[in-house]
Amino acid sequence: MNGSTAVADNYLSHGRGFRSWFFTLDHKRIGVMYLASIFFFLILGGFFAMLIRTELLTPGRTIMDADTYNQVFTLHGAVMIFLFIIPGIPAAFGNFVLPVMLGAKDVAFPRLNLLSYHLYVVGAIFSVVSILLGAVDTGWTFYTPYSTTTHTSVVSMTLGAFILGFSSIFTGINFIVTIHRMRPPGMSWNRLPLFLWALYSTAIIQVLATPVLGITLLLLIVERLLGIGIFDPALGGDPVLYQHFFWFYSHPAVYIMILPAMGVMSELISVFSRKHIFGYKAIAYSSVAIAVLSFLVWGHHMFTSGQSDLGNMIFSALTFSVAIPSAIKVFNWLATMYKGSIRLDTPMLYALSFLLLFGIGGLTGLFLGALATDVHLHDTYFVVAHFHYTMMGGVLIAFLGAMHYWWPKMFGRMYSEKAGRLAAFLVFVGFNLTFFSQFVMGSQGMPRRYYNYLDRFQPYHVLSTIGAYVLAVAFVVLAGNLIHSLFRGRKAPANPWGSATLEWMCASPPPHDNFAEPPEAGDPYDLEHLVYDESIGGYVPRTAREGA
Amino acid sequence: MCREPRARGHELRRSEQSAAREIPHHFATPRQAYESGKLGMWIFLATEVLLFGGLFAAYAVYRGNHPEVFVYAHRFLDARLGALNTLILITSSLTMAWAVRSAQLGNRRLLTLLLALTLLGGGAFLGVKIVEYEHKWKHGLLWGEQYRPHHPETAQEHSSAPEIPRETPPGDRTNIPPAAIGPPGLASSTDEERAAHASAKEPRNVHLFFGVYFAMTGLHGLHVIAGLLVIGWVFVRARGGAYGPSNFEPVDRAGLYWHLVDLIWIFLFPLLYLIH
Amino acid sequence: MSEIRSEREHESREAESLGHIVPLRVLLAVWFALVLLSLATVGAVRVELGSLNLWIALGIAFVKATLVGLYFMHLRYDQPFHAIALVGSLLFVVLFVGLALLDTAHYQHELIPGYAPAVRP
Repeated sequence: MNGSTAVADNYLSHGRGFRSWFFTLDHKRIGVMYLASIFFFLILGGFFAMLIRTELLTPGRTIMDADTYNQVFTLHGAVMIFLFIIPGIPAAFGNFVLPVMLGAKDVAFPRLNLLSYHLYVVGAIFSVVSILLGAVDTGWTFYTPYSTTTHTSVVSMTLGAFILGFSSIFTGINFIVTIHRMRPPGMSWNRLPLFLWALYSTAIIQVLATPVLGITLLLLIVERLLGIGIFDPALGGDPVLYQHFFWFYSHPAVYIMILPAMGVMSELISVFSRKHIFGYKAIAYSSVAIAVLSFLVWGHHMFTSGQSDLGNMIFSALTFSVAIPSAIKVFNWLATMYKGSIRLDTPMLYALSFLLLFGIGGLTGLFLGALATDVHLHDTYFVVAHFHYTMMGGVLIAFLGAMHYWWPKMFGRMYSEKAGRLAAFLVFVGFNLTFFSQFVMGSQGMPRRYYNYLDRFQPYHVLSTIGAYVLAVAFVVLAGNLIHSLFRGRKAPANPWGSATLEWMCASPPPHDNFAEPPEAGDPYDLEHLVYDESIGGYVPRTAREGA
Repeated sequence: MCREPRARGHELRRSEQSAAREIPHHFATPRQAYESGKLGMWIFLATEVLLFGGLFAAYAVYRGNHPEVFVYAHRFLDARLGALNTLILITSSLTMAWAVRSAQLGNRRLLTLLLALTLLGGGAFLGVKIVEYEHKWKHGLLWGEQYRPHHPETAQEHSSAPEIPRETPPGDRTNIPPAAIGPPGLASSTDEERAAHASAKEPRNVHLFFGVYFAMTGLHGLHVIAGLLVIGWVFVRARGGAYGPSNFEPVDRAGLYWHLVDLIWIFLFPLLYLIH
Repeated sequence: MSEIRSEREHESREAESLGHIVPLRVLLAVWFALVLLSLATVGAVRVELGSLNLWIALGIAFVKATLVGLYFMHLRYDQPFHAIALVGSLLFVVLFVGLALLDTAHYQHELIPGYAPAVRP
């Protein structure tokens, strides 16, 4: 247990060559592969976003025709959702961190973990193939009957999403069993780090909701290929039923996205305020509450679809309940910061951005949850802004925060703090420029997914596009900073940030087997016993320092 | 078949050694490995329940809103074959559970026999299914636009074929009002169409039943095939003596999957075949 | 019978083995009950009870499922979390079916009779 620099033999150097990576059973390598793949698809999805925003600079045609535009926004959504944000934090960071945080050697089922990754790759290939074979123009929601009749390559994309669903399910199974069965002695449920509570709640949603997406996509595919008639009104089928099926998964899916992000937040806020997390149990239980409540509200995506009045009222009322546990978390994070010793390192900048941006996103969700306002706001840019504030301002920001937080652990290198802060600032500014104006124009009636628009909306669109380009610059700075650190970064100590969770007790990067013996698990938020050691640039246990 | 305690003890030691060799390095004890594997399997079963749950939802929605379609169309299914399949699956579940027990007791001969019987049962189930599907195919009783029933043959060949119901289903049992104008859709027939069909009493959109029927039994059948593949693999390994009291988990896991397949059929059978 | 002797020996050996071993008589009894219940399901169709028929059939199916779950699948002898996982998943299915059924039933009256234009992309 020391703050020394990276050991010679760590998981990165343990075995070389493509096969040692692509067929590895080491959860850390799987996590890194996921991180690289997921980041790649973030950039691809972002590329589609840049195309969208550039097209929308002017009403009418700017750089593409209307059919192409439909394909571009569909692909932006599908790629971002299925290939970036749903695997997102659990796959890229959960895989790496979870076993180490438990002092374990690996997840419960390492081969299943590898299978999850391979399925991700196969699903990604199907999706890319569909892009090349005529893409999809239905919107990422694949609503019937258009999706069953359009001539674009729906089957390939939905098959890709189906396979990706299994990747998600297997990850969920792995995480649940690992957390249940592989905790070290001394780590009761009440001593579990909040990131793991978050991953656990996420996994519950993954295993319960994703199969319903599976059957939905399966039915869509057979409807398209065989004409089964379940969703086709011309055959007596019911297209609103499709929406019930689709949203029964896709609403809990957004909590698959946000719960791990909130878990990251709990870690970051505590560590960078040098203070014990406030309201541990409240945060832990609200994670589980969010997981359960998320299943009760899917109809709020269907208020204008033809859903019955009774259904509308039930779902609207239930939607208000799901805001409560999220709010509880926000208050607890604020209370954690209160009278803390706040350090504005890069991860903390992302955490603070999250508080504001997710706060806005969550609050605007209430506008959409109320029937009277939703009737006007549904399918407008208000909705687009709402989900970008929650998914991007929330999940992506937390993803970036997690990346900057765990980067030294994963790769044994410190990045430039200056560049990191610059990128965080640019992300914040670019994001708000892009999306705040969308709330305004949405409330004034600008519909979403529209290729053409009234002249009076143009100023908002121009502002939004400028913001998108700022975001692109931010990402260049961000990626450049991190990649540069791999070659020139200062070697990272075991615990640069002074966290008390177990992954910081092993070297950076960790050795192949993580720990020889499971370490002693104490209170994961007891930061008092860690002191900063100048000589290594990181934190060490108080006794070690005094003993030395 | 009873083994000598000494022999069994010997077998225990041998398989315990192999079990000890086989415990993956990330587990601390065999018990941790065993319980993790079981928990993982159960969560996977939960996902399968949700997968089929979607189909049960489609069934409920269509039967709830168009009961006359289901009352009419289910008569094309042969309830005797369905009941036979139910008994086959129940028995194969017995042989599978017994096989797990045999593995736990180290009884290799019985284990392989019971696994073979389970495979036979699953195969028989699929055989009956093929017979049923063939019947549907021949009589044009398919989904969507493929639904082109050949009524005369049906009446002749099967005694359990739909007896044309004596009385009209009461008008208030269906919530489908007569159509005014336009192409056929979700709502049902016009008065003229009803009159024309009066003798046949065939409601509109009967194909909806078959869409649901084939989706549910088809997905179930795929799971039966997958189950047979897994049990087949276990069977081959069992014949090679891979399983014993300290290493019976794969048999147990395969068994859990097979029982789930049986569970789903237990619900499919009355819902599809025994509609009153 | 040798099976019975081995049963007694193995019930005493339970502590050694990792999993509980279900006695053979229990397996056979459950199978017999399942067969009887299946025949009862078929028989119950003959009795005309209106909408109750569906619930009777589902009820019998539920009993059969419980037997399979408790004894064939060892839920009776396992840690409770396994049963919680199964029952939990069923609860979510009920939630989905229930709300979907509720909603679809309540908008049937809004459907325009005979109106379903074909989609021509």
